[in-house]
Amino acid sequence: MKIPKPPAGFLFALPALAWIGLFFLVPVLIMAGYSLHPLTDAGTPGPLSAADYAAFFAEPAYVQAAIDSIITTLVVTIASTLLAYPFAWCIVFAVPKRFQRIALIAAILPFWTSYVVRSYAWLLALSPVGAVNKALLALHIVSHPLMFAYNPQATEFGFVHFFLMLNTLTIYASLAQINPRYELAARDLGASALRGFLTITLPLSLPGVAVGAFLTIVLCIGDYVTPQILGGFRELLLPQLIMMQIQRQLDLPMASAMSLLLTVLVALAYLALQRWLRVARL
Amino acid sequence: MSYRPSTRTVAAGLYMTLCYVFIFLPVGVLVLFSFQSGNLPVPPLHGLSPRWYEAAFNDGRLVDGFANSLLVGGVSAALSVLLGFLSAFGLARYEIPGKALLRALIMLPLAVSYLLVGMGLLVSSAALGLGPSLITVIIGHVVINMPLAFAVCQAQLGEHQRRIESAARDLGAGTFRVLFGITAPMIAPALIAAFCLCFTLSWDEFLIAYLNTRFDVTLPVVIWDLLRGGLNPETNAAGSFIFLVSISVMLIVELFLLRKRRL
Repeated sequence: MKIPKPPAGFLFALPALAWIGLFFLVPVLIMAGYSLHPLTDAGTPGPLSAADYAAFFAEPAYVQAAIDSIITTLVVTIASTLLAYPFAWCIVFAVPKRFQRIALIAAILPFWTSYVVRSYAWLLALSPVGAVNKALLALHIVSHPLMFAYNPQATEFGFVHFFLMLNTLTIYASLAQINPRYELAARDLGASALRGFLTITLPLSLPGVAVGAFLTIVLCIGDYVTPQILGGFRELLLPQLIMMQIQRQLDLPMASAMSLLLTVLVALAYLALQRWLRVARL
Repeated sequence: MSYRPSTRTVAAGLYMTLCYVFIFLPVGVLVLFSFQSGNLPVPPLHGLSPRWYEAAFNDGRLVDGFANSLLVGGVSAALSVLLGFLSAFGLARYEIPGKALLRALIMLPLAVSYLLVGMGLLVSSAALGLGPSLITVIIGHVVINMPLAFAVCQAQLGEHQRRIESAARDLGAGTFRVLFGITAPMIAPALIAAFCLCFTLSWDEFLIAYLNTRFDVTLPVVIWDLLRGGLNPETNAAGSFIFLVSISVMLIVELFLLRKRRL
């Protein structure tokens, strides 16, 4: 009997697929299993039950953290897109061709500041004794230091800084591919500059906007460092709750349940943007 | 474009200046106060001195963390590029049923939080009775970076190389000879760029490393612990040094790709 041979190309992809399967899909399944066995009072995994999920939605502080995470992510995504779009547009259309590459590299250079150090650097700048407050005091704009750091706005500020760079990159990549003659043709046919932009350039650049927005949502909603360093303790976000479950409560099942709920939020964002992406492609 | 009114150019220049100031403000503050000769990384600047760099380079925890980060970054980037390259080659050169599904599967980790990858590995090693270790971190970093290496390789494998590959095959080269003697050298700049990108993302990754290590930790985890001691110019020095290494690697890539483009 002849056993059908697997296609040769599949063998090349096999190591990568096995890696993803063994070290990503299986662990997530194990984690899902864990989340369905809440800890007993003795601190050992108990029988199969969805009690941890029920407990999550029954605890107002947890639900509030989820809502705050969603709001923070939405604010950050919208703000960084609105700031990045004109910036990327300027690099493509207002900078001479031979300087464009340098302008882009400069715009994303601080991207390579250490992840942990980046939030710390904002803390240095924004703290009551930091550079920004000292400058405002010296210029007599304020009479006493302002509390920029240790609140939810500082978290959003730190996030917007990072995602401004990321979105500038994705939107630039989209804008740079557009043939400028399309918009010039529209102008020749009598369209105003605004109309030319709104009907030609903006729709063609939407895929870059959507890619940037999705990456922002994924990276923002799962981030622990920025809110932990900049956010203070008045308002905790989901990743901070997950870390507390691991470190203080030693409750891996609850932490697993929370991580999966967070992933559901990311999946919803993907579905929402995927539809929008398809519309943008038409 | 000369037909544009100059007010528009001025507005664009102003907006770009504001953006650059915003983007560079924290890095500027970080680097400037890493040279602080006083004891706090905040104004006033008492004078410039390399003392905090000396302190950082003599701090055993930072040096160990640096070595661990280089190890994790190097090994995970090499594995990511190897697996990404092989799978991109397989999907680009062979007819496989369900290609779109396989591609989506390989790209899947890009669409989830690092938190999920890190938590999955943490819970699984706990379930298997394995303690935290750098090997888990390397495994996790390959999961998150291999899709990037795959995407970079896939973008480079075009029709141009396919013809040269079949010429090599006609002359009697086997599949592996073609793969490593013809295809890999042809897209070497992309492979190097992918390696450097994966390296910079891995050696500085925090969350997966933080969740899955305890005693042997990587550099960002050491810095995280330093932060508990409050504002300290030694942290500035270590952070400035990491920034210098990362941008050096990426500028080398940029020169590589630029040189290629001019050919």
